[in-house]
Amino acid sequence: MGLEFNDETFRGDYTFRNSAKAIARFPFPFAEDSYMYSVNMEPHLPGRPGSVFEHMFDVDEHYVAEMRDRAQVLAEDPLRCQSLPHMTLAGWDLLELIMESKARDYPQWFSLTKDGNRWHWINRPLQIEQSFTFLDETTLPYGPMEYITRQTQGDFTLQDQRDDNLWIEAGMVTTQADWSLDFDIGMSFHEWHAPVPLAHEMRVFDRALKFLLNLQLGAPVRRFNWTMTVDPLLDTSPENYPKWGPSKTTMTPETIGHRQHLRVELQTLHRLPRSNAIVFPIRCYLIKFEELVTVPKWARRLHRVVRDIPDELATYKGFIRNKPLMLDYLSKYDDGAPTSPGIWPE
Amino acid sequence: MSVGAPKIPVRVAEVVEVNALIKRFRFVRRDGGPMPVFSGGAHVVVDMDDHGTRRMNPYSLMSDPADTSGYEISVRRDDAGRGGSLFLHRHVTPGMDLVISSPVNLFPLDARARKHLMIAGGIGITPFLSQIAALSRLGGRFELHYSARTRDLAAYADDLTARHGDKVRLYLDDQGQAIDLNRLLQGQPLGTHLYVCGPKGMIGWVCRTAESLGWPKSAVHSEEFLAPPVGLPFQVQLATSGKTITVGPAQSLLEAIEAAGVDAPYLCRGGACGECETDVLGCDGQIAHNDHWLTDEQKVGNTKIMPCVSRFQGKTLILDR
Ligand code: HEM
Ligand code: FES
Repeated sequence: MGLEFNDETFRGDYTFRNSAKAIARFPFPFAEDSYMYSVNMEPHLPGRPGSVFEHMFDVDEHYVAEMRDRAQVLAEDPLRCQSLPHMTLAGWDLLELIMESKARDYPQWFSLTKDGNRWHWINRPLQIEQSFTFLDETTLPYGPMEYITRQTQGDFTLQDQRDDNLWIEAGMVTTQADWSLDFDIGMSFHEWHAPVPLAHEMRVFDRALKFLLNLQLGAPVRRFNWTMTVDPLLDTSPENYPKWGPSKTTMTPETIGHRQHLRVELQTLHRLPRSNAIVFPIRCYLIKFEELVTVPKWARRLHRVVRDIPDELATYKGFIRNKPLMLDYLSKYDDGAPTSPGIWPE
Repeated sequence: MSVGAPKIPVRVAEVVEVNALIKRFRFVRRDGGPMPVFSGGAHVVVDMDDHGTRRMNPYSLMSDPADTSGYEISVRRDDAGRGGSLFLHRHVTPGMDLVISSPVNLFPLDARARKHLMIAGGIGITPFLSQIAALSRLGGRFELHYSARTRDLAAYADDLTARHGDKVRLYLDDQGQAIDLNRLLQGQPLGTHLYVCGPKGMIGWVCRTAESLGWPKSAVHSEEFLAPPVGLPFQVQLATSGKTITVGPAQSLLEAIEAAGVDAPYLCRGGACGECETDVLGCDGQIAHNDHWLTDEQKVGNTKIMPCVSRFQGKTLILDR
């Protein structure tokens, strides 16, 4: 209703762009003028109408193009989607969570009808109609996790919980900020977080893990993560580093506004009912610097965040090389005026 | 107790006397809606107002996890206990309203197991009932060894044997029957996971025997209930705003501060993020630090509190809010 889906690309000619409406609802992640790691989790409750928090799973104008991009990534590298055999039930839990949420939140696009275990799913934007038997894998063209995440924006990982830890044992990962499911699969919480600087010493991961082990059914939480990406490439994977790594070296003061993107991940965590597993959807939003600076508060604040960020974080996030270029660009939009608390535009 | 998870207002639909010691209670949602699906082995905390005393007892869900029309628990009368089971046995009747927590699973099946070997003692049978229902549906391999004092007290044994035949073995104390644990544990295929629920003594015996036979710790699971912190009401003075508030039994300290119109920071509401950290200006009593944020030294020092999860028992607590 009222929302058209963009015909755009995240590779090659990079025609991705945000409409004015998408800019206004962009999930700007900084609530203050500086940034440091913290246990930044809050209840994932329905938020402001129109915002990315309004619904459990946000569907926006990039939906159809993102799903097309995912299919291309999978065609080239099937290992981006993996599920260890014992995670199938968690996949069904996820399929149910997404189908029920989308059918409830976007009835104009999605519909789910059930007759016992006989389910009927309609996804109008992707022109999919599917009858299947819930919990019977043979009735779907893919496993349940792959089936539903080919139709849902964002990466997904499924964590089994045992021995007081979480184990990443299934996932659909095609829009990641430089990490690999194929490498991480089977690891525990602290193992897959090993490359992150400073946060271990701050006990961020100890506390986050304890919290997650207690995560309750029906009480999902969310947090933001962010990084920087040159060109609107969703698939910034280590597997493909040779394809995108060098792009960082070709940005100029003339092209930065158009090519440099703030990449924000809205991450949520949900306990799943049948499997007791945890699903971790990682939804990626991209915004060009030239789009972002149309919101004066965000432009001022991003300048200050980038200026004051510890070198360890800028290095880990992969933008230390272009930091001076970014500061030159952003400083033009920072008049030194104070900014209001919180993430929303003034 | 669960953090932020919705509580479920229920009506007691049915109370069945299973045997001389055990009653079964069926709960349905007061609004007629479906219950959440849960995973085998999960429990709910039943919130009871026992003539002015609040009781919060965890009970394993024994009904089929896929049955969303209602939940069932079985409660053994514990004449020496704190009173939750006595209240349920004596005072809870069909039509009564109660509140239960969302399901929580501290005794899940290990999804990687090739075979699930279950050992139950007495009322410890209950979590296995929901697990067996789930496994039967998904085609998982299991074997249950169930011991009880007498046939009459072996709740649900007849039903289990009727349905699952020789996957279920019954051992009756008064017939001198006992589980030959050494033999049982030695004859298991690779990839078997062991689960035990029953009296403390039995859990200890099974775990020790498994350990001495070289079972890896990660393949041995026992149900242990952490009694949820019973929410006794307490009073707090808020020094900055000059208010004295009472924290109700079903309320967190953070919620009580908010209800008094005092602005307090928070993020996770689960004791992890540190956002709600508050200075304690005076403390004559015991703070129950239920958070993961403060260090052990800070907890002992009683100079900080995390109002989203922590509580207090004693004479006075003064906070910088
Ligand atoms: C089960 C859920 C989670 C999964 C699967 C997950 C996965 C990951 C992965 C794969 C990375 C990249 C590591 C690398 O460089 O290879 C990462 C980074 C990180 N994670 Fe998590 N994570 C989870 C939950 C959390 C939570 C709850 C927190 C904190 C509250 C957290 C904090 C971080 C931080 C601070 C980074 C560094 C990000 C950056 O600076 O770009 N993670 N996580
Ligand atoms: S609100 Fe996060 S620790 Fe209290």
